[in-house]
Amino acid sequence: MSKMNGAQSLVNALEAAGVDVMFGIPGGAILPAYDPIFDSKIRHILVRHEQGAGHAATGYAQATGRVGVCIATSGPGATNLVTPLADAQMDSVPIVAITGQVPSAAIGTDAFQEADIRGVTMPVTKHNYLITDPADIPRAIAEAFHIASTGRPGAVLVDIAKDALQKETTFNYPKNVSLAGYNPVLEPKQDAINDAAALIAQSKKPVLYVGGGVIKANAAKELLQLAEITGAPVVTTLMARGAFPDSHQQHLGMPGMHGTVAAVTALQKADLLITLGARFDDRVTGKLSTFAPNAKIIHADIDPAEIGKNRHADVALIGDLKNILRALSPATKSALAKSQPDLTPWLTETYGWRSKFPLGYDKPSDGSVSPQYVIERIGKISGPDTIFAAGVGQHQMWASQFIGYEKPRTWLNSGGLGTMGYAVPAAMGAKVGAPDTTVWAIDGDGCFQMTNQELVTCALNNIPIKVAVINNESLGMVRQWQTLFYNQRYSNTDLHSKRVPDFKLLAEAMGCVGLRCESPGDVDKTIEAAMAINDRPVVVDFNVHRDAMVWPMVAAGTSNDDITVARSMAPVWDSQEL
Amino acid sequence: MAIHTLAVLVENSPGVLARVASLFSRRGYNIDSLAVGPTENPKVSRMTIVLNLEGHALDQVSAQLFKLVNVIGISEMKDSDSLKREILLVKVVNNDKTKEIAKKHNVVVADENESTISIEAVGASKDIEALLIELKPHGIRELVQSGLVALERGARTLADRTLSTMGTANESDSNSSTADYQN
Repeated sequence: MSKMNGAQSLVNALEAAGVDVMFGIPGGAILPAYDPIFDSKIRHILVRHEQGAGHAATGYAQATGRVGVCIATSGPGATNLVTPLADAQMDSVPIVAITGQVPSAAIGTDAFQEADIRGVTMPVTKHNYLITDPADIPRAIAEAFHIASTGRPGAVLVDIAKDALQKETTFNYPKNVSLAGYNPVLEPKQDAINDAAALIAQSKKPVLYVGGGVIKANAAKELLQLAEITGAPVVTTLMARGAFPDSHQQHLGMPGMHGTVAAVTALQKADLLITLGARFDDRVTGKLSTFAPNAKIIHADIDPAEIGKNRHADVALIGDLKNILRALSPATKSALAKSQPDLTPWLTETYGWRSKFPLGYDKPSDGSVSPQYVIERIGKISGPDTIFAAGVGQHQMWASQFIGYEKPRTWLNSGGLGTMGYAVPAAMGAKVGAPDTTVWAIDGDGCFQMTNQELVTCALNNIPIKVAVINNESLGMVRQWQTLFYNQRYSNTDLHSKRVPDFKLLAEAMGCVGLRCESPGDVDKTIEAAMAINDRPVVVDFNVHRDAMVWPMVAAGTSNDDITVARSMAPVWDSQEL
Repeated sequence: MAIHTLAVLVENSPGVLARVASLFSRRGYNIDSLAVGPTENPKVSRMTIVLNLEGHALDQVSAQLFKLVNVIGISEMKDSDSLKREILLVKVVNNDKTKEIAKKHNVVVADENESTISIEAVGASKDIEALLIELKPHGIRELVQSGLVALERGARTLADRTLSTMGTANESDSNSSTADYQN
């Protein structure tokens, strides 16, 4: 077997793991690895900040379903990856981070650029490694990709001491990975499937509560099949937008804090929740003790620890969602053949809520641009094949509400961690993974100022993403809470970003096309101008009305029953409805 | 009952104790005691963890623990079907009374000098507690106690149940609601 150094072994291992692209920045401790990277067939994209590398890996993974890879040096390079690692782990996105570590003899001495990144990232990764022996590199890489991509996907970090990269070793990539303590259950138990089907066949008010796990399991087709067998209304969480077509008759929209009245209320009034790859997150349940009080729960998930974590499950289905749905659909079909409750009253009721309380917004009376309108038009003009990546805040909620999603992996966002600054680097990663697809970052002016440096990376590496900065010159969601809950005392939320920075000039300085739109009449033609540019990234500064708010809203910590459709305005129900 | 004892087989790898401790800390699970040491298999260490689970379900704690890649198997050690022991070393004044207590409790005086004796006791928690209650009025100078260790009664072993299927297709019973996790 030919001799090589640990760095070459690392690059060989990454190639063997099927990596075609990685995002990173070199530095002292990882430097030995960058020499063989120079000759590798793996495309390395030199980012401007390690956080950008991490979110780009995440965007790549969310768009393609493959493992995203980022690479950084020790110390600050590694700690800059902590946010994207935590972000990917929270949203169950498969990424692998490679970091250099100081030489093994220096570990523990507070050496230059030393940080115990294995210790730091232990709580925010699915698993991590510290490698000090070059012979361990191929196995660690193989295990890292296996762990990141199987079971409930997640973030894995491999920290490699500099001397392990420099020492001579042989390359031996394991054919199979076998881990004593890691064997995810993939096949659901048939008796649990039968129990679930029996509950469905008894339910008069079922709802399919669909989470991001359906997308992770590539099970959208199987979901559609089950939905049509049951005929039940469907809600898709923030992480599941696109798992079920928005245009489908049974779709009630998104549940949760800013969900539709129909979706939120259907969960509250349901007698059965068919929960698929969702985790009863507080943003969905509102006050947990009052969530879906009359519902029995079928909970399907690949992670056994999600069962009963927040809400007791009457039937637990543990396994890969594709397998679960493939088993559940025929079982449900035969259970319904024996007894089929009439869902007509329930469908009339839920569809009635949908038509009575549609998502909507008021056009600003002062003639300024409505942020919801901008986002809605981008969705319409760009179409359902487009990938949208959002930051975090009001623009994220509007992007989840006013763009119609028809396909999985077309909506990328930071749902769990809520990472401002996610959009631009995630869009970059998505565009690298899907170069022939239009990729829009829907960003806020606050978020955009956190990570826009990666537009330089996009400009120099032919990654022509489109960025819509929904510029309300403030930290809009925080401002909304200050409006509603802090007596309009706008402490530190005014960003003045219609004056400084000039986003158009900033975009141009970074090698992008910069556009600006300040009036409602120009929205369509500005979007069309952006759509016509495909040789460079383009940034559009949409100056929008600053007081627009996200509705409906269930205030944090309150019951979903207390949903408001506008400020201090509960839905007006017909008396027989409640 | 809020107090539970878990026997946890873990891979003998660096950082595994930190992983377990970090999990308990970030999820807010209270550890009463934790003992860790080698087993008959050099690749495997065993932890005995006594948990005070006010407000948390044992199933949930076990499921979270089992998500750690280095955790191979978990079993609850119930009082009814396991041996539970802890070690006490206690330094007390050297007099007839303390020696008499040691004799009465059938524990070893492992070290002795003019002013103090050091008593070594191995036993169930309640026996250790009873000994300490009697010694207390006579002036305990210093004491150290180990965490509890536990072993299932009978011929069955935890390793049999967890390691026999190491690396093979999983036979985990995760759909059931027991605290036993194994691969």
